[in-house]
Amino acid sequence: MGKNVCLYFQVHQPDRLRQFRFFDIGNETHYFDDFANRTIMRRIADRCYLRANNILLELIRRNGGAFKVAFSISGTAMEQFALYAPEVIDSFRALAATGCVEFLAETCSHSLASLFSEKEFKKQVKEHSAMVHKLFGVKPVTFRNTELIYSDAIGETVASMGFSAMLTEGAKHILGWKSPNFIYTNAINPRLKLLLRNFSLSDDIAFRFSDKGWASWPLTADIYAGWLEDALRSDDVVNLFMDYETFGEHQKAESGIFDFLTALPAEAMARGIRFRTPGEVVRECQPVAPLHVGFPISWSDEERDTSAWLGNELQSEAFSKACALEKDVARAKDAKLTSVYRKLQESDHFYYMSTKFFSDGSVHSYFNPYDTPYEAFINYMNVLSDFEIRVKEKIKENNGK
Amino acid sequence: MFGWEFPPHIAGGLGTACYGMTKGLAHNGVEVLFVMPSASGDEDQSSVRIINASDVAVYDLRLDVDEFLGKVQFLRVGSNIHPYIDPENFTELVETERQYQKEEFRMYFRQKYKFSGKYGANLMEEVSRYAMVAGAIAADGGFDVIHAHDWLTYMAGIAAKRVSGKPLVIHVHATEFDRGSNVNPEVYRLEKMGMDEADKVITVSNLTRNIVVNKYGIDPAKVVTVHNAVDFSGRSAVDAVRNVPEKVITFLGRITFQKGPEYFIEAAAKVLKMCPEGVRFVMAGSGDMMNRCIRQVARRGISDKFHFTGFLKGDDVQKMFALSDVYVMPSVSEPFGISPLEAMKSDVPAIISKQSGVAEVLKYAIKVDFWDIDALADAMYALLQYPALSKVAIEKGRQEVDSLKWDNAAAKVKAVYESAVSGK
Repeated sequence: MGKNVCLYFQVHQPDRLRQFRFFDIGNETHYFDDFANRTIMRRIADRCYLRANNILLELIRRNGGAFKVAFSISGTAMEQFALYAPEVIDSFRALAATGCVEFLAETCSHSLASLFSEKEFKKQVKEHSAMVHKLFGVKPVTFRNTELIYSDAIGETVASMGFSAMLTEGAKHILGWKSPNFIYTNAINPRLKLLLRNFSLSDDIAFRFSDKGWASWPLTADIYAGWLEDALRSDDVVNLFMDYETFGEHQKAESGIFDFLTALPAEAMARGIRFRTPGEVVRECQPVAPLHVGFPISWSDEERDTSAWLGNELQSEAFSKACALEKDVARAKDAKLTSVYRKLQESDHFYYMSTKFFSDGSVHSYFNPYDTPYEAFINYMNVLSDFEIRVKEKIKENNGK
Repeated sequence: MFGWEFPPHIAGGLGTACYGMTKGLAHNGVEVLFVMPSASGDEDQSSVRIINASDVAVYDLRLDVDEFLGKVQFLRVGSNIHPYIDPENFTELVETERQYQKEEFRMYFRQKYKFSGKYGANLMEEVSRYAMVAGAIAADGGFDVIHAHDWLTYMAGIAAKRVSGKPLVIHVHATEFDRGSNVNPEVYRLEKMGMDEADKVITVSNLTRNIVVNKYGIDPAKVVTVHNAVDFSGRSAVDAVRNVPEKVITFLGRITFQKGPEYFIEAAAKVLKMCPEGVRFVMAGSGDMMNRCIRQVARRGISDKFHFTGFLKGDDVQKMFALSDVYVMPSVSEPFGISPLEAMKSDVPAIISKQSGVAEVLKYAIKVDFWDIDALADAMYALLQYPALSKVAIEKGRQEVDSLKWDNAAAKVKAVYESAVSGK
């Protein structure tokens, strides 16, 4: 027991699509905007990944292993590192070598597969675990789904794959009066432990840190550690889950975010708070109750559901057309097509089609390479149409043999 | 002649029509001074290019070029007038570009025409300003007839008539009743004023003639129908390799209420239900209904077979025709509608609505009521499935289109001029 803080950072970069016009259907085979993907990866590697990794490495060394963190790195991000910023992989390896870093499992292409096909979902998770093992030499035991999407059924599938714990959102409409600062279990299979994100304390760093209109600005590590202490007075663990890009990209270096990160462990430990990885937390803390989640939740937007990706008719249409190709892609038996199919499933493509401009629009537009959701839809459907033609050609070719 | 756009910088069919008409008039020995408002600096440059650079590409014979250039003079007027925008949208458009345009205006126009240097924030002001310029131009004289195209230029035509005392011919390419369900009373008033003041009114179809006579109360004796023609000279063939194995059915035009895009989508959904493989639909163009149409396509669940291209420019229009197997124009109200002719010229059979003016001159296009999506789906299906039908439609269609010459249409326009001058 004791006072625990569990830090987990999400590392993901999408494979942005290039402009693909109707005239390109059947003529062009390259779908991705390599230039934008490389440029953005290089920028974020310099501003965030390399810098934050150095700080974390230094913190782990300084605290003799008492400071711990967890990462989930999407397969697309790992691929992009290998192509455009291999030194980032080296720096993650250095972190892995300390033994104080847990790497989590997810779907390799940051997809929404958990929402449509158990088979496809399992394939993608296995692929991701294999990638993590190959790069960092560890086998993930904790699972984190794309955008922390979770439901009882998804949890059951994850448990059946041998994972002992899963991360999700401490969504208010699920928890009600309950606190997110305890361990819960899956409602169907109690062997699967759940760690719930404390969205208030997480978003203080991820969203509000540099907001000068915020009453608590400027936030110091000292004040924040005090909040953690208050939250842990009678609770077990505060789960701080956020995008890794918070450091240096969403919150710019000038905001003092790196100084905050550097100072936080010492301030927290001075108050008797311990840093634990998700795997350790579920071993050390007892679950308090099962958690019923009938419909999928996520960490995104005010609704904490899947409406950021599947909230309007454009998104449902694009998603169902993409899902419908699953069997054909399997029949094509072509490694390249399969890999492209995975990339086309990245949740980001559907996120760009969101029409929720008003409530969480600022976040949506930050991440969005398109001017309107309609453009995103048209471009995606053009790519998908071309992809379908390629898949059908391949199947025909296979049958001809 | 007062117009508002000229190729290649065009938003609709009017620029193309003016181009063909001035060329045809030149062949008929009529000299034209073409006055047009220019919306931006970028348009200026593009039009300069028409005259300077496109000689070989646009005309077959050098002799022809010289003759044409000798007779058509361009005169540009700084103005915000933009076709196909109603006053409400216009205000919005102006607000966003106001600052930029203000400076541009100062640079180019203030000294010359001595305006206040302030750009009007509403379309009506622009129309009036254009009329003032028209008066100034008319004062120089040197012409026999004034010819004004569509309501934005009617006031200019009236002003020119009052200053010079020369007869006014107005050319109705569209009326306010064709533009949408809401008739703007101010626009209607201007249109009626133009028709009342005109010595002769030319309409592009009998459909439009009926509207002018019945809804505007104009004396039928002074309203003459001159059907548009098409000019394909100087059009080079585009190489377009067919990109999809399926047949392609195309809608090409502004995606607005007037053009009936939603009937096209509904008919497409029906055809796809009958034959889910082997056909794709393309909606090329942009407009205020585009987003609504995208949602409609998504709702029908056909977006993997239904594509949007956005606004097509230059060669892409040709390319689109070259990739198409059927062209559909389901317009709710179309005074004329030149694009089916372009399609037929490109060997693409056309399905057109009975509510279009072009239906009056075409025999070999399939005609359906715009609202009859079953008939539309039926026609699409037939052209896809029965090669004999599409073969006839292609061959006869091309002959038919070739017989529609601007020289002939321009001769009729010239006759209207003559009767206006003689006062008969």
